[in-house]
Amino acid sequence: MFTSTSEAVAAALDPSDFAQAPPLARKPARSPREEAALAEVLRHPGIWRRGTAARATVDAQPTGLAELDTRLPGGGWPRGALCEILIEHDGIGECSLLLPALAALTQAKQRVVFVAPPYIPYPPALAAAGIDLSYVVHIDANAADTHWTAEQCLRAGCCGAVLSWMPTTDYQKLRRLQLAAETGAAIGFMFRPLAAAKETSPAALRVQVSMAQGLPKIDILKCRGKSGETTQAVRLRA
Amino acid sequence: MLWACLRFPRLALDAVRDEDASPALKPMAVIDGPQQRRHVVLADDRARGAGVRPGQPLTAAQALCPALSTKARDPGAERQAIDSIAAWAYRFSADVSIAGPDAILLEVGASLTLFGGLAALLRRLRFEIAAFGFDFSLAAAATATAAHVLAAQADGIAIAHAGPLASALGAVPLASSGLDDDAIAALRGMGFRKLRDLFRLPRAELARRVGPDALDHLDRMRGFAAETLVRYRPADRFERKLEFASGIESQAALAFALQRLVRELATFLVARDGGVERFTLVLGHERGATTRIDVGLLAPQRDAASLLELTRARLERIELVAPVHALTLRAKDLPPLCPLHADLFETGRREALDWPALAERLRARLGDSALRGLRCVADHRPGRAWRFAPMNETQLSREAPSIACASAPRETRSCDPIAFEKPGVEVHAQSRPFWLLERLIRLRTTPARLIAGPERIESGWWDDRDNSRDYYVIETHLGQRGWAFVPAGDANGWMLQGWFA
Repeated sequence: MFTSTSEAVAAALDPSDFAQAPPLARKPARSPREEAALAEVLRHPGIWRRGTAARATVDAQPTGLAELDTRLPGGGWPRGALCEILIEHDGIGECSLLLPALAALTQAKQRVVFVAPPYIPYPPALAAAGIDLSYVVHIDANAADTHWTAEQCLRAGCCGAVLSWMPTTDYQKLRRLQLAAETGAAIGFMFRPLAAAKETSPAALRVQVSMAQGLPKIDILKCRGKSGETTQAVRLRA
Repeated sequence: MLWACLRFPRLALDAVRDEDASPALKPMAVIDGPQQRRHVVLADDRARGAGVRPGQPLTAAQALCPALSTKARDPGAERQAIDSIAAWAYRFSADVSIAGPDAILLEVGASLTLFGGLAALLRRLRFEIAAFGFDFSLAAAATATAAHVLAAQADGIAIAHAGPLASALGAVPLASSGLDDDAIAALRGMGFRKLRDLFRLPRAELARRVGPDALDHLDRMRGFAAETLVRYRPADRFERKLEFASGIESQAALAFALQRLVRELATFLVARDGGVERFTLVLGHERGATTRIDVGLLAPQRDAASLLELTRARLERIELVAPVHALTLRAKDLPPLCPLHADLFETGRREALDWPALAERLRARLGDSALRGLRCVADHRPGRAWRFAPMNETQLSREAPSIACASAPRETRSCDPIAFEKPGVEVHAQSRPFWLLERLIRLRTTPARLIAGPERIESGWWDDRDNSRDYYVIETHLGQRGWAFVPAGDANGWMLQGWFA
């Protein structure tokens, strides 16, 4: 029994299954009995099948950029997850990227929390983008408390989105934040320097905003629940 | 009612005993009194064996026992010890009271069913109190005063019924009856030796001889009069300090002291039915220098073992810069503990907090002013078109609603663009940057490209902050878009005020 199970698991993890087509239909050679056994094994909660279940269940907040939405599973920023935004410099449109989503969140009476932003999020600009300022919270925290603050806000379950700026962090801390975001079903936007693109990260989504031929573009570096295409540039500014 | 009394006859000694030293081999005594006339308050067994007695002058004690080591009495430490014992006792009864400097009383009658009867409860009290490391005697009786008297008499007396209680009290010598010293001396002079002798006297006679206070005491003891006790209330913050006679330099010795503090904290938390989420450990060095260790937890906890493990890990990570003379554990933030599984069918998120609770928690750690809202202000000058708003501010403030103010007419007008390669572009009425710089940055070079502008903002003649600036949306060589201005009509002196991030 044990051998057959591991074989079945091995079969289930066969790379060819990662394609978009229903994976079981690909191999007609299996007998109905094998199919049943396989289905039984695959029902195990420890088995995650890429490209099947995840797609349908991603709860997302539309980004407001149609081109970007189509490239993200669920059609937007994944809720209950960490989204890393890797930027080269300030001022290349990395925050405006979030404005439509933030506006939608505040209008749905969900809080948007800025944890230790590097500058002042200019209220007239936020208001002009349709953000309801009464749902915007600005938190001052020193470097030592930033992680804690972001984690508390993500975990609490009463914040729609938490924006934080962390020039230095590590995998463990990010992992905690990712888990906190899962617990609190909040979107954790995390701005990090472009150099962090080389490091691994537990974030569900990593996008890079950079300049190319004088225009900012978005590259999707990592995207959980999305198979196949990886790097996809989206032009941000006209 | 059934009262248990815990007395700590050697509290003065136990409270000042060094935690760091291994059990002292030298005879020890606690001394008190003015510098010139020190006397022994309490002596340990070895010292007593050598003839040291309470009340003896220090010089006499030292003559009797040259090896005697002495410690000054520390009423603060005694009080702290009693407080922590009361906090511990609070888990057995809601009715705990501190009786005098060295005893606590707890009403256990209501707790018997929960703890499986009197015998089991007393066994448990005995077992748990041993962890404090204090010498104690335990007694239980139907009245608090009787329990107090019996505990002074001997350890382990437990009398739940009135009949045996009267005879047990009768056997108590006057010296440990709890009456005041004058009354005892007078009664001894009259030939009375035991409480039994007093109980036999007619009431009026007794009142005449000992006075109303002592009579009251005797009545309360036998349950004839109501007792008034001050009920102990657990503190809402925890702070304990251990001081060491000699500086501790090793982590291992410090961990030992830490264990005691953490155990007390855990006891305190159980009694409060709370948890701790954040606490501070302060290592005191010589000359007031301190090392601070902040311990933060993910969720409130109160389990002594895990708290200790966690704290010890933090402690081990730091390097002791100097010998430690005192160790303080402080916990102010004591949120209610959410049990891991409150309900078998609970589906909601355990840690789900509502916004006020979260805001409180954040404020508690980051400071009261750390959380602020943002508001628009109807002013044309960019630096004054906004303000921070306290969190508790209501939305219906005097100024215009936030969204409306953005589209409010601005006192802007197009002006002749300065001579750049690219002529001015029509300014979008709402082109305001996402980031506003708190401090303006002087641009060393002229911008690579002008995207839009100029937008002249000229305002503020009424409050001496008159501005006259031409704002441009600029692009730097790196492709960043900024919001910069030059003094009106000027071509130099670029100042960056924001980023279109």
